Amino acid sequence: MTEQMAQKPTFRSWLQEKLFLGKTTSEYLKGLVTPFNIIAGLILAVGIPVTVIRFTQGLASVTNLSDTNPWGLWIGVDVLCGVALAAGGFAIGTAVYLFGLKDYHSVVRPAVLTGFLGYFFVVVGLCFDLGRPWRLPYPMFVSYGVTSVMFLVGWHVALYLSCQFVEFCPAISEWLGWRNLRKWLVRLTVGATVFGAILSTLHQSALGALFLLAPGKLHPLWYSPFIPVFFFISAIVAGLSMVIFEGMLSHRIFSNQIDHHHHATFDRLTVGLGKAAAVGLFSYFCLKWIGVAHGNHWDLLNTPLGHWFLVEVFIFVLLPCFLYVWGVQRESAGIVRFTAILTVIGIILNRVNVSMVAFNWDVVDRYSPRWTEFVVTITIITVGLLTFRWIVNRMPVLYTHPDYKEEY
Amino acid sequence: MTINRRDFLKKAGIATGGGLLASPMPAQAFEYFPGWPERFGALIDTTLCIGCRSCEAACNEVNNLPPPKVSFEDKSVFEKIRRPDAQSFTVVNRFPNPDPGGRPIYVKRQCMHCNEPACASACLVSAFKKTPEAAVIYNQDLCIGCRYCMIACPFSIPAYEYDNAFTPKVRKCTFCYDRITKPGGLPACAEACPVEAITFGKRSELTKLAWERITANPGKYVDHVYGEHEVGGGSWLYLAAVPFDHLGFKTDLGTTPYPTFTRGFLGAVPLVLAIWPAFLVGSYAFSRRRERVAKTEDTNQQEEEASS
Repeated sequence: MTEQMAQKPTFRSWLQEKLFLGKTTSEYLKGLVTPFNIIAGLILAVGIPVTVIRFTQGLASVTNLSDTNPWGLWIGVDVLCGVALAAGGFAIGTAVYLFGLKDYHSVVRPAVLTGFLGYFFVVVGLCFDLGRPWRLPYPMFVSYGVTSVMFLVGWHVALYLSCQFVEFCPAISEWLGWRNLRKWLVRLTVGATVFGAILSTLHQSALGALFLLAPGKLHPLWYSPFIPVFFFISAIVAGLSMVIFEGMLSHRIFSNQIDHHHHATFDRLTVGLGKAAAVGLFSYFCLKWIGVAHGNHWDLLNTPLGHWFLVEVFIFVLLPCFLYVWGVQRESAGIVRFTAILTVIGIILNRVNVSMVAFNWDVVDRYSPRWTEFVVTITIITVGLLTFRWIVNRMPVLYTHPDYKEEY
Repeated sequence: MTINRRDFLKKAGIATGGGLLASPMPAQAFEYFPGWPERFGALIDTTLCIGCRSCEAACNEVNNLPPPKVSFEDKSVFEKIRRPDAQSFTVVNRFPNPDPGGRPIYVKRQCMHCNEPACASACLVSAFKKTPEAAVIYNQDLCIGCRYCMIACPFSIPAYEYDNAFTPKVRKCTFCYDRITKPGGLPACAEACPVEAITFGKRSELTKLAWERITANPGKYVDHVYGEHEVGGGSWLYLAAVPFDHLGFKTDLGTTPYPTFTRGFLGAVPLVLAIWPAFLVGSYAFSRRRERVAKTEDTNQQEEEASS
């Protein structure tokens, strides 16, 4: 009895420290009333009922999907953009752990967390879109469609999600104070990074390869046998740009968590990431033109969709490439950050073009998303941001845990 | 009964060779698959079709589809071009005759039952199967509802039950698989057609028949059997008196079977799986070595400085 009495407060204080940030319950709850949370609450107030309708009434009740347009906003944005923008986890992990760019160590954890949560919410988004989401494990355990690019995507996203989780586990074990487990997990990091890089190469390109089966439906300026390479290279650029963008936000919002040392080197790292992104964008720009030349589609450039293609390639690929170079030359983290935002918009535009604008471009029955589709997408992003904040406020993501400093 | 080694090898050789001979697939199946030789087909002669929609009604009945929103006798459906959907596996469309004074042309649409179906190659759970009898059939017990088959189908045939929340299925023509596999069985639409615009039979005989009709009636048909070679060929073939692009057919599909388009990419997957680990682990080893060398150089330098 006395023992139990003694244990109870410890558990409660543990809970308070780990979950309520060392505040009492009422303090913590009061602290939740912030403008961001109120907006998030309003979004959820619309998003949750729409979710309930989706899963009880079917896809037709909330989407404009049709037999002619089986994929819409959820595949185009939640899945295709989500996966591309979450590529930072593998790109930075590979650079630091495998290529030995140790000075970028401070951005690994936020990048891996962004990657892990990005993929996690891609799967959540996918569950909205799948007709029978509870059969998600079927390609893993029940029936194998080995001739399908989608089969590869399914397996890889599942395995990669596990890899990113393993890569992030040291942060979780530091938070919970599990020293021995952490030691084991850290040893897995290099292996998980190698495996993660292989999986990323394949599934990032596979998302593009999905469209190889739609030569008659995707506009020739976007359809190319090189589309897997387009998707892969642009995903690396998108991932790097997201790391810059996410770093910018984190340094504003969570600035109290960040070490002085990290603050000082942050601008230099941002410029370095910009340099890598510039190189990536330039090769992506060249590849896009090789695609046009390979299909000999020059005549299509002077059509309405051709003009749109030029906008995508010049304003959202070549322009950010030059801006990155300019920012790197002037060592201006500000220019690099602005360019990162432009680049992210450009990659989103590309995925939207491939999956919606240039897809079924010649049919009468064109698709445009219904408002409830936007609601679901915004709700998923909001829940993703809330989860990111919840973790960053508790686990050593943006700073090095004081107990483990000597190990880096 | 005893068996010596020589006998065994001989028997094994016969068994293997015999197996190869008996196999309906040619040895170079992975290079070129001309299709199951005994497969069925159907030939639609659009010059005969009168647009009565009996085929639609028969299809609706044998597949237990919901009653149509507009009755099968109602001709107002021809005012717009329709596609097969979850409630109707086949639809008849009306097209104006480009010849002034010519009567309108009716075209029935349904699954083409491709020799190498894009839908089947796209399915990540193998829910689609190309049967040796030609029918491309769907197993709803495996389908997860990703709808990639609908993206992949060059003819935009598969439809989805978007309003079904718990058991949504992909729906499409089954070539009346259960009927045609019985002796003398016909697809419901072919049986119902009052003018014999649909001929059912062995595909190999139907292609001959189609070309015989073209040659026997000079000037009547365009010189093309649609579906014979499109995307590698299918089991449903069409004859027409006017160019096929006037009748809602996609004429820019090419003759390459769709699974070919992803074959190159899927072939590269094992290469990445084999080369990337070596490349990445190699990079890791190099960066470790660089660090180690830098460290020894540092200590050497310090020692030199200390000794001088």
